[in-house]
Amino acid sequence: MDQSVPLAAAGLGKKYLRGWALRDCTLSVPAHRVVALVGPNGAGKSTLMGLATGMTSATAGSIEVFGERPGGRGVHPKLAFLGQHKPLYPQLTVAETLHLGGRMNPTWDQHYARSLVERAQVPLTAKVGTLSGGQRTRVALALALGKRPELVLLDEPLADLDPLARQQTLHTLVREAEQTGITVVLSSHVLAELQGVCDHLVLLNRGSVQLDGEVAHLLAAHRWLVGPPGQQPRGPAPVVDVQSSARGTAALVRAAVSQVPEGWRASAPSLEDVVLAYMRSNGEGVAA
Amino acid sequence: MDSALSAHRLVKSYRGKRALDGCEFAVPEGAVTALVGPNGAGKSTLLALAAGLLKPSSGELRVFGERPTGRTHPQVGYLAQNRPLYGRLTVAETLRLGRAFNQRWAQRRAVQVLDQAEVPLDARVHTLSEGARTQVGIALALGREPDLLLLDEPLSALDPLARDETLRLLMGEVADRGMTLVMSSHLLSDLHDVCDHLVLLIGGAVRLTGPIEDLLAEHRVLVGPASRAASVDGVVQASSTERQATLLVRGESVPEGWAGEQPTLEALVLGYLRAARAR
Amino acid sequence: MIEYRIDKRSGVATYMQIIQQTRQALRLGLLVPGDRLPTAREVVEATAVNPNTVLKAYRELEREGLVEAKRGLGTFVRRSLATAQTAPGSPLRLELAAWMDRAHHAGLSREDVDALYGDVREERYPTGEGQF
Repeated sequence: MDQSVPLAAAGLGKKYLRGWALRDCTLSVPAHRVVALVGPNGAGKSTLMGLATGMTSATAGSIEVFGERPGGRGVHPKLAFLGQHKPLYPQLTVAETLHLGGRMNPTWDQHYARSLVERAQVPLTAKVGTLSGGQRTRVALALALGKRPELVLLDEPLADLDPLARQQTLHTLVREAEQTGITVVLSSHVLAELQGVCDHLVLLNRGSVQLDGEVAHLLAAHRWLVGPPGQQPRGPAPVVDVQSSARGTAALVRAAVSQVPEGWRASAPSLEDVVLAYMRSNGEGVAA
Repeated sequence: MDSALSAHRLVKSYRGKRALDGCEFAVPEGAVTALVGPNGAGKSTLLALAAGLLKPSSGELRVFGERPTGRTHPQVGYLAQNRPLYGRLTVAETLRLGRAFNQRWAQRRAVQVLDQAEVPLDARVHTLSEGARTQVGIALALGREPDLLLLDEPLSALDPLARDETLRLLMGEVADRGMTLVMSSHLLSDLHDVCDHLVLLIGGAVRLTGPIEDLLAEHRVLVGPASRAASVDGVVQASSTERQATLLVRGESVPEGWAGEQPTLEALVLGYLRAARAR
Repeated sequence: MIEYRIDKRSGVATYMQIIQQTRQALRLGLLVPGDRLPTAREVVEATAVNPNTVLKAYRELEREGLVEAKRGLGTFVRRSLATAQTAPGSPLRLELAAWMDRAHHAGLSREDVDALYGDVREERYPTGEGQF
């Protein structure tokens, strides 16, 4: 029951007819961070967000939003959620959409919501149905942030957006997070875009947490080792994933700089390298 | 080098509206081309024309020197954006259909794609995720052993691991058979290592095209005093704070008082997209 | 033996990374004359890059006289860049390793070490001098 923790789960499980979507999931999202929620399709990312909003209820374990269990009174007042399908009414204008946002949310900052839409250069008089995908995302984002939440969950906010809209949406999120201190959790499949944007990362794989930590720490805690073919790097460093060919072996290990085994060369991985290695290891790798 | 795909004053109109408006470009054989642009720029229309599913309204499009004749050229493989597949067939039945409809058919290649993506052969297509349907579509297209492969947003529904594996597989085909690949995508970070040729489509016209390396070498990102931004030639796009201006310029010279370097592919494309937006 | 690792975020062109990593391996004695470089196919299998880019890098290395392409056989190393001073176990290398151990012991971060090394290198080897 820690009210300062935006999102925490302990032993969280969710079972659907076809099986467990989340299982024994334990994590804690620190406040004032931009958090990347990544993992293969079907890893449980959307399920986790659904549980946090109280739209579905847990089969096992617990989940808390600012120390409270979701459900009962609807979405936690400090929480905003933007789903994959960005539910907006196409026949309403942008201004009408924001007005509706004001009516539906007990807390609402009309000035702020309007400024977000204006900064995105979306005309207030345009009907939502006539907007581009990027513009619709910015309106949906204004709707979510206009509530002045302390935690916002975004499920694949960049999916289907073109390059410019992707970049501008990410910029907006980072700027707002910086200026308001809001905690942002966003799921995405494009890891290269997340490095430099997110400061915390949670990797879900097959329904459980495979990696959870500050991005800088995760990067510092892993090394690429390249060495002779047909060998595994020996030494104390746990191996996450090995790829070998006739020419050599490349392994991602969980180790600090000073522990390079004889005959191997070490280099720093990118965030994408680390996440892909854990995903390849298929949940059987080293626990974080 | 011969062109695998080229367009000359290519126009395609739907109900009087021009989806493509005078496209000019040529993709050399063996190149890996990124087809990039905002949503609605005409990328899917262009690929459907190249696949022979649509006819140009005017101008011409050539595939290995020939004009498409209302059916897909035998050397061409095509993955459409809506992934047209029969939902009630199993994956194995879908491949059998591929074999029946194609003179040239590499079953092993098609199965390999699906194995790698862990798509079960006995699953019915309608039960598959969007990502798995994409993999079935790619398997069908590669099963034809095409010399030119056209992929419309192949990466959008794939998770990171699936994207990495799919790109490796496609690059393997380029290495093994010299296949020409044209793919549309919004994921510039994925295209950077994989593509050597660019077609940037904005509002139905080709805004920028050529070998990526040449395009990067022909542009500079200049950083300097905002007060002197107006005196710089060849500016594609400018952004500035009170004092400092950042300019994307076409041209290799760096004026005195400015710091200049080659743009990345991402910076180049974003610069042109921003410029088009501002107009 | 060489396994290329392409860093997408470095801003350095992919073919240049391949060239630099090959030169580095030649300098460290990890590649010696007669060694075969991986085929474009093998590089593509290990890391999703464009095979045309790999071939372009090899052509550049061939132009520099470091490797030669033998038709149907592959691309082979012609010339080493290793000297007694750069090979593993050389006195200079061991001294640098000892220096880094001391830096590590003194609590310097990776960035600190890079900055320090880069600074001294700039001082002793002004830009443009003795490159490649």
